[in-house]
Amino acid sequence: MIIVVSLLIILMLISAIAALIFKDLISAVIAACMVSLIASILFYFLHAPDVAMAEASIGAALVTVIFIIAIRRTKRHEE
Amino acid sequence: MSFLHNYIYYIGAFGLIFIGLFIILVKHNLIKVIIGISILETGVNLFLIAVGYISKGTAPIFSKPGINANQMVDPVPQALVLTAIVIGVAVLAMALSLAIRLYKHYGTLDLRKIKEQRW
Amino acid sequence: MRKIFSVILLIIICWGIILSLYKIPFGIPKTKVGEYYLNKGKEETGAANIVTSVVLNYRGFDTLGEVTVLFIAAIGLGAVLATLKKKGKRKVEQASLILYTGCRFLFPLILLFGAYVFIHGHLTPGGGFQGGAIIASAFVLVYLGCRGKRINEVSSKTTESLGGLIFIVIGLIGLAIGGHYFLSNFLPKGELNTLFSAGIIPIIYIAIGFKVGSELAGVIDNLFEES
Repeated sequence: MIIVVSLLIILMLISAIAALIFKDLISAVIAACMVSLIASILFYFLHAPDVAMAEASIGAALVTVIFIIAIRRTKRHEE
Repeated sequence: MSFLHNYIYYIGAFGLIFIGLFIILVKHNLIKVIIGISILETGVNLFLIAVGYISKGTAPIFSKPGINANQMVDPVPQALVLTAIVIGVAVLAMALSLAIRLYKHYGTLDLRKIKEQRW
Repeated sequence: MRKIFSVILLIIICWGIILSLYKIPFGIPKTKVGEYYLNKGKEETGAANIVTSVVLNYRGFDTLGEVTVLFIAAIGLGAVLATLKKKGKRKVEQASLILYTGCRFLFPLILLFGAYVFIHGHLTPGGGFQGGAIIASAFVLVYLGCRGKRINEVSSKTTESLGGLIFIVIGLIGLAIGGHYFLSNFLPKGELNTLFSAGIIPIIYIAIGFKVGSELAGVIDNLFEES
């Protein structure tokens, strides 16, 4: 159990660092979506199913959609 | 191993808070800064839920008869985080609409080139 | 220069946070108020899900403030983006027949699942906020799959206002006849773990589900370009 949680947290931190270094904003948004998804799995392990559902449906799905619409209306690449 | 068992969730939450603050402070692109705010918010939520955890506990739902209330995890941080997530998406949408307006007005998202936003 | 300065500032901030918080123990009960809610919540509210009873009964006033923040953010987003709307219809490319039919087939099923999540909010994990988000994601599917179809703005605003109105009116009725605080339970509690239990909690969660769903769908509708 503790090994699974450790691996998930390492993967989450790697995704956050990927969101930091990607120049393509859509890739960065997908990496941030990955952070939210792994956080929702961790919420489930911490016995918080309500928060896990909210994070998976709002934090991982709707926030990503809103970011991608905004990037489509502005510029895709960071210079 | 016991150190890892005690502190692994806190390490994850502090790592997310650190990376989020770093993105907010260092990056010049406005949408990147908003991504940093989103990551910071996830870290704070993870920390609050981890504070309410009880070892060998169950979720705070009386789904079967015969579940002991003393073994349930703390419901107050969960209610707090539930409201915080929903407010977070509204604030993010508001911030992104302001970013779209700034892009239409100045033609750029770079904070070094927008005069009123420079720091 | 700025990067080095930022890193130094961050290290100072995180050192302070870790110094003040590393003594918080992991995995033992900490708050008295949580114990009270767990021990008494089942009898006092009649809801099986204690998180729901905290959100809607013990801290219902807090939830009202949260719904207000959501409402104000949606209004502000509409106001900021209102002047960017293009006049006249833009030509949109129709999606292929398979995509169109698949989206039209999936749309009512996703709506049904969202309704299930918020109607059973007092029994299982889930509730108005999660169900509303699922309903909004159904509208996202329609926007992406069936190009050119929009939601009716008047009916979405009406649904949203009705949801907020039901919340406030039931809270005020509870204040008047049920007890001495906002959103006190004035309906019969019923039997634990059945659908018709917990008094006003399912009604409030249904209202919040409609309100959050139409509000988030309206936010996404405002953000889309062609209008």
